Amino acid sequence: MEKIPILKLGDQLLVSIQVDMHDRLALALQDDLTARVVRDKARGVLVDISALEMVDSFIGRMLGTIAAMTRTLGAETVVVGMRPAVAITMVELGLTLRNVRTALNVDAGMELLRASMASEARPGGDDHPAQ
Amino acid sequence: MARHCSTRDFFRQMPFPPFPYAPKCKQVPRYKVPRYNDRDKLHRTTHGDLAMNDQFASKIAQLLAEDEKTLLEDWLREQKAGASWRPELMPEAELRRQCSEFLSLSSAAARSASLADINEAGWQAVRDFLADIARRRTAAGYTPSETASFVFSLKRPLFARLGAHYGADAAALSAEIWTATALLDRLGLYTTEVYQKARNEVIARQQEEMLELSTPVVKLWEGILALPLIGTLDSARTQVVMENLLQNIVDSGSVVAIIDITGVPTVDTLVAQHLLKAVAAARLMGAQCIISGIRPQIAQTMVHLGVAFDDVVTKATLADALVYAFRQRGLAVSDARLRA
Repeated sequence: MEKIPILKLGDQLLVSIQVDMHDRLALALQDDLTARVVRDKARGVLVDISALEMVDSFIGRMLGTIAAMTRTLGAETVVVGMRPAVAITMVELGLTLRNVRTALNVDAGMELLRASMASEARPGGDDHPAQ
Repeated sequence: MARHCSTRDFFRQMPFPPFPYAPKCKQVPRYKVPRYNDRDKLHRTTHGDLAMNDQFASKIAQLLAEDEKTLLEDWLREQKAGASWRPELMPEAELRRQCSEFLSLSSAAARSASLADINEAGWQAVRDFLADIARRRTAAGYTPSETASFVFSLKRPLFARLGAHYGADAAALSAEIWTATALLDRLGLYTTEVYQKARNEVIARQQEEMLELSTPVVKLWEGILALPLIGTLDSARTQVVMENLLQNIVDSGSVVAIIDITGVPTVDTLVAQHLLKAVAAARLMGAQCIISGIRPQIAQTMVHLGVAFDDVVTKATLADALVYAFRQRGLAVSDARLRA
């Protein structure tokens, strides 16, 4: 069965969805990703959906649930590279993903994660020094 | 009276409804059927009075043909006396040309086609001619009623001729006048129809153009876009605006988009919902939206209506929004004179 690769970049995980998502794949991704967040002690997850051309309500909701799951595990999720048509569809479906952070591309998403980690580290003091 | 098979038929030829309290809607279908053909059939079957009918129907064509010169003069005189005489818009020679062409075309049509239905092929030349002058007169600055009265003004000289021809035969005269008036009314209204059709085409084209033109996306700074909205936002426009904005966000890699609604006359719940959709879609793509240009009046209405842009940054002016966007991007504007 095909699988969506999860790449580790420092303390961040990069998930790049390059194939058409179907429901089984989405569920497998949820399993994999939560396991990897725990195993790699990741603090940020970047989901790149720039190649995703179609979303339905299930996939849309899945993006939200992934973000909620990783947040529960202590990692911030940023969804990056959503296409205009996909964004319009999501809004029409009523899926505004209020609790998910978004960025224009992987670069901007990376920046966002770094910034949020830095601001998170500051009040806590010395247990996670900012890079 | 022998020409009329019944009193009811006689009343139907009258140019006014015989019973003022009769429900109007019931009379409508009756006007649509080609009545003269019906009546002709009736005559053929009940009286066998075919020759009489043909002669009866062709009088107008005959009058138009044999008397064209003097009819033209009378008609011109009639028009010059009327309110639609506008020599500053059209010289008399041109009017004369139009009138004489109309007379010759319609007398030819009246000879070959039924007087009851101007949609027949025989009236094609007349219709084309009227469409042409309606367009030309509209371009020259005539109102549609002035154009229509070009045709209507033929009534008086034509009726005078009919009166002279029939003399004391009141029944025949009234029938003929009804035929003539129905025909001229249809032709006159046809010019109005042409006018209206042309207008509708213009309106449709302008609407289309407006939809394309009215949604420019401007780049204010590296990473900052502005979308000045002008006019009422409906679903169709919001769709265009949203697609435009999102595509521009991708193309320019912008992270802040300022939607300026200074030019939106009213913001009701529907417009607010459309705006929020655009904002949500932009956010999904990773861009932040700021709504600016909210006039005091609109702020009041929005609060009264319970419309809230809850998690959207709103500013009173585009300038405020730009300053906010600069701050978001870590930029600052400083006064060069102070530094010097």
